[in-house]
Amino acid sequence: MKADPKGVLTGAHFLDGDHACAEGALAAGCRFFAGYPITPSTEVAERIALRFPLVGGIFIQMEDELASMAAVLGGAWGGKKSMTVTSGPGFSLMMENIGLAAMTETPCVIVNVQRGGPSTGLPTLPGQQDMMQARWGSHGDYEIIAVVPNSPQECFDVTIEAFNLSEEYRVPVMVMMDECVGHMTEKVVIPPAEEIEVFNRRLYDGPKQDYLPYAVDSDNGRVPLMANAGAGYRFHVTGLTHDERGYPAMNAEVQQECVTRLVDKVKLNTHAIARYEEEEVEEADIVLVAYGISSRVAMRALEMARADGIKIGLFRMITAWPFPEERIRQIAQHVNSFVMVELNLGQMVTELERCVAGAAKVHLAPHAGGWVHHPEDILQIISEATT
Amino acid sequence: MRTEIRFSGLGGQGIILSGIIAGKAASLFDHKHATMTQSFGPEARGSACSAQLIVSDEPVFYPYITKTHVLVSMSQDACDKFLPDLIAGGTLLVDEDLVNLRSRSGSFKMFEVPATRYAEELGNRILGNLVMLGYFSAITRTVSPESFKKAIPGSVPQRYLDLNIHAFDRGFEHGISQGKQKKNKKSAKVIEER
Repeated sequence: MKADPKGVLTGAHFLDGDHACAEGALAAGCRFFAGYPITPSTEVAERIALRFPLVGGIFIQMEDELASMAAVLGGAWGGKKSMTVTSGPGFSLMMENIGLAAMTETPCVIVNVQRGGPSTGLPTLPGQQDMMQARWGSHGDYEIIAVVPNSPQECFDVTIEAFNLSEEYRVPVMVMMDECVGHMTEKVVIPPAEEIEVFNRRLYDGPKQDYLPYAVDSDNGRVPLMANAGAGYRFHVTGLTHDERGYPAMNAEVQQECVTRLVDKVKLNTHAIARYEEEEVEEADIVLVAYGISSRVAMRALEMARADGIKIGLFRMITAWPFPEERIRQIAQHVNSFVMVELNLGQMVTELERCVAGAAKVHLAPHAGGWVHHPEDILQIISEATT
Repeated sequence: MRTEIRFSGLGGQGIILSGIIAGKAASLFDHKHATMTQSFGPEARGSACSAQLIVSDEPVFYPYITKTHVLVSMSQDACDKFLPDLIAGGTLLVDEDLVNLRSRSGSFKMFEVPATRYAEELGNRILGNLVMLGYFSAITRTVSPESFKKAIPGSVPQRYLDLNIHAFDRGFEHGISQGKQKKNKKSAKVIEER
């Protein structure tokens, strides 16, 4: 499917990451937004509030982030592509209903423009400290998808992708930005609507009496077909473990089937979902791994290290979850070491270590947040890693 | 070539807008790479604020200033705060009525324009940032005046567009006429300090 031209602001613009994210949502076909303002994500909501009336979208400022996330689920079941935007403290409040979205397989997009934490932390300054919370923040076994843009252009691009993935897999998708990328202004090219691929949810259109809201067959893989509320199909949506009719069925057999499918529909499609970019990884002795703003700082360190004669490459994650596990395992076979550069004291590095599994050395260039790394500090860790 | 520019002044003078217009002109119309970042915090009106702009022929990865090549200052506080980061041989542009170079350290080229006074003559001091952008374009040539003229529409309220263009021209002409005088006598004060 192609994008609805109504929401697509075709042309070259000079936009910050937050505004580019909002435009990405509009281009993807998002027409329901519920949120509560919080720095440094507010500009996304502001732009949506300004633009939605022009495209027939609904913007609601809710009383808090719990209600925002609940409204987003309602919007999705009502048939709209739905999103919310927040930062760390609000992200924490959304966790309960993110779990409900995972369990009820509700397509939705959650944007987190990360600031320094924990708690209220650093409202106006960057962090990448919610990466594990994105993956594990709600209780129980489930999978989500998380993308990590490093420029305003990519904020636009991956927000579209986030909506597409959420509709295709019926899963909450997180756009994990950071304050730097959110507030950085660069050229953003928005293509014509006919060049933008959008995925619209697969709807059930069979006989009403036969509809089983959580039934999967060989045609729809592990993702059941959806029916929008009001379309005349009877369905039941519950956070309790449910059978294919959507009714509570609380026993080990149904739990096994239901939860395994929630995990497998993402995990077994990692090859199709996970995206990354590589910079001279094949020839490298040492590979930097980074994402978001840290990947741009890491590039500076990489140039400095090359000038010192070090054979170094960069593996930049565009998708953080599911983690590009297979590719990391391949790279680990031929490099001596990895250096993870992230604005936290060690989060994605634990996933890197798990996948490398001792095949190469793994080092961390940590930073508590509040600012980006000094490239010199990364260079220092690179030189330690080469000795 | 990578040029690192800092626009600075007081909150309310349109400093951030200066960075946006210059970045837009450089990236959309001069077809260079440009990244703009701003001081983001509780400083609304009345305290030192700044916009950082990197203009480069190559893609910009590291988005922040590491050494300031060009410092534009429209307030004393901002100049005092950011001048120490100007590289040797760098360029300083100031509003001559608002900035008095008290603490001189390092060596750099200084250019002066009565930006706010010109803006007041045009009817509104809020145009001071546009006068400064015109002057910036004439002196540094980092961003072409043609591209600025394309970037200003859409960045300022439509009903004040002509006034903004006038303000830009006023600053640009001031820079050009200084340059002509320069052939006879030096217009830029070259500050040389130990």
